[in-house]
Amino acid sequence: MNAQEIHARLKDRFGDGIGEWTAPEAGDPFILVAPTYLREVCKFLRDEADLRFDYLRLISAVDWTDRLSSAYHLYSYEHHHGVTLRVDLLRAAPRVGSVADVWPAADWHEREAYDMMGIVYEGHPALKRILLPDDWAGYPLRKDYKAPEEYNGVSNR
Amino acid sequence: MGMTSDLTQTLPREDSLKTEELLINMGPQHPSTHGVLRLVVRTDGEIVRESWPQIGFLHRCFEKIAESLNYAQVVPYTDRMDYLASMNNALAFCLGVEKLGGIEVPERAAYLRVIAAELNRIASHLVSFGTYALDLGAFTPFLYAFREREYILAILEKMSGGRLLYHYPRIGGVARDMSAEMIQDTRAFLKIMRKAWPEYNTLLSENQIFVKRTANVGAVSREQAIAWGFTGPCLRGSGVPFDLRKMHPYSLYERFDFEIPVGEGLKGTVGDCWDRYWVRMVEIMECCKIIEQALDGLPDGPVTAKVPRALKLPKGEVYVPCENPRGELGYYIISDGGAKALRVKARGPSFCNLSITNALCRDILLADVVAVLGSIDIVLGEVDR
Amino acid sequence: MTGKKMTSPLQTAEKMLESAVREPRDLTRYLHYLSTAHAEGLPLLVTPLEAAINWSRANSIWPLTFGIACCAIEMMAVGASRFDLDRFGAGAFRPTPRQADLMIVAGTVTHKMAPRVKRLFDQMPEPKFVMAMGACTIGGGPYCKHGYHVVKGLDRLLPVDVYVPGCPPRPEALIDALLWLQNKISKSHRLTDRYWRKDMWKQFMFWKSEPRE
Repeated sequence: MNAQEIHARLKDRFGDGIGEWTAPEAGDPFILVAPTYLREVCKFLRDEADLRFDYLRLISAVDWTDRLSSAYHLYSYEHHHGVTLRVDLLRAAPRVGSVADVWPAADWHEREAYDMMGIVYEGHPALKRILLPDDWAGYPLRKDYKAPEEYNGVSNR
Repeated sequence: MGMTSDLTQTLPREDSLKTEELLINMGPQHPSTHGVLRLVVRTDGEIVRESWPQIGFLHRCFEKIAESLNYAQVVPYTDRMDYLASMNNALAFCLGVEKLGGIEVPERAAYLRVIAAELNRIASHLVSFGTYALDLGAFTPFLYAFREREYILAILEKMSGGRLLYHYPRIGGVARDMSAEMIQDTRAFLKIMRKAWPEYNTLLSENQIFVKRTANVGAVSREQAIAWGFTGPCLRGSGVPFDLRKMHPYSLYERFDFEIPVGEGLKGTVGDCWDRYWVRMVEIMECCKIIEQALDGLPDGPVTAKVPRALKLPKGEVYVPCENPRGELGYYIISDGGAKALRVKARGPSFCNLSITNALCRDILLADVVAVLGSIDIVLGEVDR
Repeated sequence: MTGKKMTSPLQTAEKMLESAVREPRDLTRYLHYLSTAHAEGLPLLVTPLEAAINWSRANSIWPLTFGIACCAIEMMAVGASRFDLDRFGAGAFRPTPRQADLMIVAGTVTHKMAPRVKRLFDQMPEPKFVMAMGACTIGGGPYCKHGYHVVKGLDRLLPVDVYVPGCPPRPEALIDALLWLQNKISKSHRLTDRYWRKDMWKQFMFWKSEPRE
């Protein structure tokens, strides 16, 4: 199934929770999902017989300056098709449900997105920093991030 | 796992001994953790009850750097992520940029990329073979592996100028052409590798001590492997016959004829450490096949496409996965139309493969943790990026 | 780069060879040490002892297995059979810092790793040496401009004895750095600096007492 067909299936099932289909001028298409619908959409994609997205490739956090978003890349080993979901979040309070119980692989990916961008995944078993030290201040991949002058007495200039 | 029941037979009665659980720290400086990985393990004597891998000791801010430099300048940083398979890393990034930018790579460049990537795959599997044996206490295979690896590094040095980090695949093609001398060297190396491979098997693969330490240890079932995001030899070791070079070929891999080794539980359970190790060993031979076919069919032509100096990609996003020696390496590149990327996210296969450690290292011996880590074959540059 | 005359690699190699010939790398360098020591006023009783100790320290430097990143692979290649480090006496890589003489910091040091590097250095017994291998440890390497989590140079944390440039340095460069370190050790006055002062003989002249006022 290609991305447009998957989008049609999801739109049938979830209606308002899925954004409109836009064919991109370059690159891969994506499906926009509302934050409140994300967990049901993911469970549906994993369990439906003709979709069977059993493999979560990647969860990325993106900073679009006016908003943040969390992108999910999924793949099916049964049907050899892939899809990209995107959830747009408010910059001031980026919160979305965690999919760590849908795919165990999401655990570390969500921790990294929290560490780098500050997106809070509600329901995650242990959401804490993974790459940076626990007492690091700030979220480095945000566009307005300023690196600290020093850390633990070691200069960073 | 039936091993713990054997142990409890010989332990003294619980009420006669005062026992405590220990919280032990392995790493970040440790000979067997393949780099700066910290494992905090809670042990009951020699049996590990829980383990928490802690990473980030090599976090070198690749993604932030990729937003600050233009596309051609980012390629050398991709080399340094998985430093044992640097050709494959740079190849994946270049493919992503080329897909988004609609740049077509000439055929000769695609073949050269394949040759370089497969040579690097052999070199990477040799290091994994050598260091795995070293972790388990055998020093000789390490020396054997590095002996063959020196031949590969000499060839790659002639091709690119570097021994370990090459910056050879460039956007639009490769950096420079392969001369007749390098082709001759590569063919000579293939002969040497084919003669050396049975030596490795007699030395390590069939060795009773090695088999006892790796068979039936750390078995990952097919469903577990897929759910935890395993890719590469680890996934194939668990019985899933999936290889990106076959299913979604890139860089003209569809023209080459090779097999995908899959773990069958030859020495124990499907998906145990020995299976993962064996998949890598067989892959070395398959790589030799691919290199030979690529050399035989190497077409003439330019080695790079015409790419503008200040490359600007159109607005859009792309995710290009490639088959690295450790698994699926993909770059999620988002462009907003400028010369610098808006976002580059690297999916490191070792990051995903390592996340299973806590679930897998339960009620096994501390020595088995070392065996499991070695068989997953992680490189911390890729885990931490 | 303007105004700087570029020397060809051949000229540089010739200069290096000259200096290597001038500075002997065999046992005669210890005789050289003895002659200079005498010129500096150090007593002839202690200097052969110090020369012998320097010889044994320089020829049995035991490194710590401390590979962090890409340079660690080149360090492993140096330990392997082609570029054998064992022939210089430095082949016994110790996993524990308590038994190591030399810490080859091979790879980028990040802020998260920095306290651990310092702790390992503190755990090494004297005399200890530090080799900063690779561009990352010298000044941050490729991450010096945009790396927020990278320590821009190992000397912000520890005293470094020898720097090896390269990304990663060739195994020959690492061996050259080790030989340079051996040279440095052979010329050192650790023993005499610590235990010998110029007028130390006076404390043994106990039968001569100063007149009391």
